[in-house]
Amino acid sequence: MGARSVTDALGIERATQDRGSAGLARLLGWFSLGLGVTALAAGPRASRLAGVDDSRIAPVVLRTAGIRELGHAATLLVPRRPGLGAWTRVAGDVLDLAATGQALRHRCGERQRRLTYVMAALAGITAVDLYVSVRATRRRRGMTGTGRAYGSVTVNRTPEQAYGFWHDFENLPRFMYHLQSVRMTGDRRSQWIAKAPAGRSVRWEAEVIEDRPNQLIRWRSVDGARVPNSGVVRFTPVAGGKGTEVRVELEYAPPGRVLGALVARAFGEHPQQQVRDDLRRFKQVIETGEIARSDGTPDGTSSASQLNQRPARPLATQSA
Amino acid sequence: MKANCWMAPNRVAVEDVPEPRILNPRDAVVRVTSSAICGSDLHLLDGFIPTMKRGDVLGHEFMGEIVELGQGVRDGLRVGDRVVVAFPIACGDCISCQRGLYSVCENSNPNAPMAELAMGHTPAGIFGYSHMMGGYAGGQAEYVRVPYADVGALKIEDDLADEQVLFLSDVLPTGYMAAELCDIKPGDTVAVWGAGPVGQFAAASAYLLGAGSVIVIDRFPYRLRLARDRVGAETINYEETDVLDTLREMTAGRGPDACVDAVGMESHHASAALHAYDRTKQAVKSETDRPHALREAILSCRNGGTVSAIGAYGGFIDKFPMGSFMNRSLTMRSGQAHVQRYMRPLLERIRKGEIDPSFIITHTLRLEDAPQGYDTFKNKQDDCLKVVLKP
Repeated sequence: MGARSVTDALGIERATQDRGSAGLARLLGWFSLGLGVTALAAGPRASRLAGVDDSRIAPVVLRTAGIRELGHAATLLVPRRPGLGAWTRVAGDVLDLAATGQALRHRCGERQRRLTYVMAALAGITAVDLYVSVRATRRRRGMTGTGRAYGSVTVNRTPEQAYGFWHDFENLPRFMYHLQSVRMTGDRRSQWIAKAPAGRSVRWEAEVIEDRPNQLIRWRSVDGARVPNSGVVRFTPVAGGKGTEVRVELEYAPPGRVLGALVARAFGEHPQQQVRDDLRRFKQVIETGEIARSDGTPDGTSSASQLNQRPARPLATQSA
Repeated sequence: MKANCWMAPNRVAVEDVPEPRILNPRDAVVRVTSSAICGSDLHLLDGFIPTMKRGDVLGHEFMGEIVELGQGVRDGLRVGDRVVVAFPIACGDCISCQRGLYSVCENSNPNAPMAELAMGHTPAGIFGYSHMMGGYAGGQAEYVRVPYADVGALKIEDDLADEQVLFLSDVLPTGYMAAELCDIKPGDTVAVWGAGPVGQFAAASAYLLGAGSVIVIDRFPYRLRLARDRVGAETINYEETDVLDTLREMTAGRGPDACVDAVGMESHHASAALHAYDRTKQAVKSETDRPHALREAILSCRNGGTVSAIGAYGGFIDKFPMGSFMNRSLTMRSGQAHVQRYMRPLLERIRKGEIDPSFIITHTLRLEDAPQGYDTFKNKQDDCLKVVLKP
């Protein structure tokens, strides 16, 4: 499994980056570079070693493979997506296996023996490439769709006030931007509607399963929800009456194929970041009664808006 | 409306931009009657403050008349009120604000994630002072939106002229806080690096707070003259004498009890070679800020004394004399001014005639001429100390 997790001092499980696969991918990149340079610089000797020095097209095939290896090296070493680079190596391996198999069919004796070694080595390399590719790709998926998100913030309010505000789930969409609405349908029941891509929405029913006044609220979606999810928020007073620490954990069905992707999107592209943004806005709303807006960030704090700033000059039209 | 906009490093332009509107319940829209160019605006002009964007409206020192009020403004403000607005944007409700630390308000910077990347935690938002500081349009314009108006806008009821109260928005409280951070005991000697508006007010405030002597350090004779004539300070021109030696001489070897750096990130050094060293590092971005004045303030301060760093810094400095600082038991205090904390008491002093801050004004221009004002101020032409803009 690519995404590893650690448990921190608060008992919250946190996903960590899988540095191993990135390192392996980089190693493969250097290996590709070496192979490419060898194939291009010492072609004839490589042909002899592989037992194809009798062929007229072998030098061409070898040179092509050399150039291709340099391409693998580039995709593995330069960009930040080693998974993709590793998959291009797997594709290259398949080509190499096919070419070697073709060469093997027409040879015998010493040359056949050498080609068999080449075939075995290729199979080994393919296995390594496949392993790295799968691992690196899983890591990426794990990063965007991990089933947990957490965040914390200190607010200048008593635990009673913070708990009271949160306990009315209908307040949540004021600072949780991915939520369209939450409606209390009973004492412990509520109906949640979240925004999904392309103007669609995802809705589910949730129930409070643990409620410790001024300390903790735990909720989860009821059975049959398209988007199984749960959450807990804890309220702890800061020593000396200097406010309340609010800690939130969300958990939702781990992303599978299509539905999983939809769920992940409903919780935002980066759930972790989103929980932190939500909590900043929660603090603003509960302390000041409004969400801080500027001309550069008219819709209020979000990590996404940091890279996408308007100039700091008044808006031509009222922001929604 | 017309507004003075940052276009690129070393280029500002007055452009036509939309008029601001109420975005939040506690907002006010103010029709600006006077604004000023701050020394820290020159850091923006020179391109040393990161996260500026082409078209940003500048200006964080301004006053005017309330023309529109949100429904949630709490504090008895009315349309038509004449107000001075504090440059840090502060909510008044978070723990920092309630401790009086308005310039580190926890809620007013919607771009907190950006500031956290650079500074670890976020300070308050500031009008017209980069996107890292919130991305708020500034007040060198005909109109400006003022968030949390019930905290940031101070009503002026007297018939005091704009020129007398405008500087409550920044430089007067900033200079006053610089002196307050010095923890002055009666008779103390306070040295102030920089004879710009903040330095002048810091020197004057040091006397108000009981200093026995105040020494102002700069290189422009007209600024030093003002510090002597209007503030009553002694002066050192660092291009003519060695500052450390002179301060040792003036204090019989002890050094000043407190040293104020009212210069900040673009300081100069009398030695062309040393100045070129930091200027080069700044140009290749291996340090963002040039700290000659701060270094000298630390080395000059008496053992166990206090360094008050009030000049603006944006990022990182090199060759910080940590050995001197640590081994000699110095204290450094700093911060953007918590303007909201000082506005009322300082207005009271102005009203009583104890301070008349208008003496720093050397130029009054039309808003349309803001680019020329920046140029004159930056190049210290025409004995320029403070430019006031009138829309």
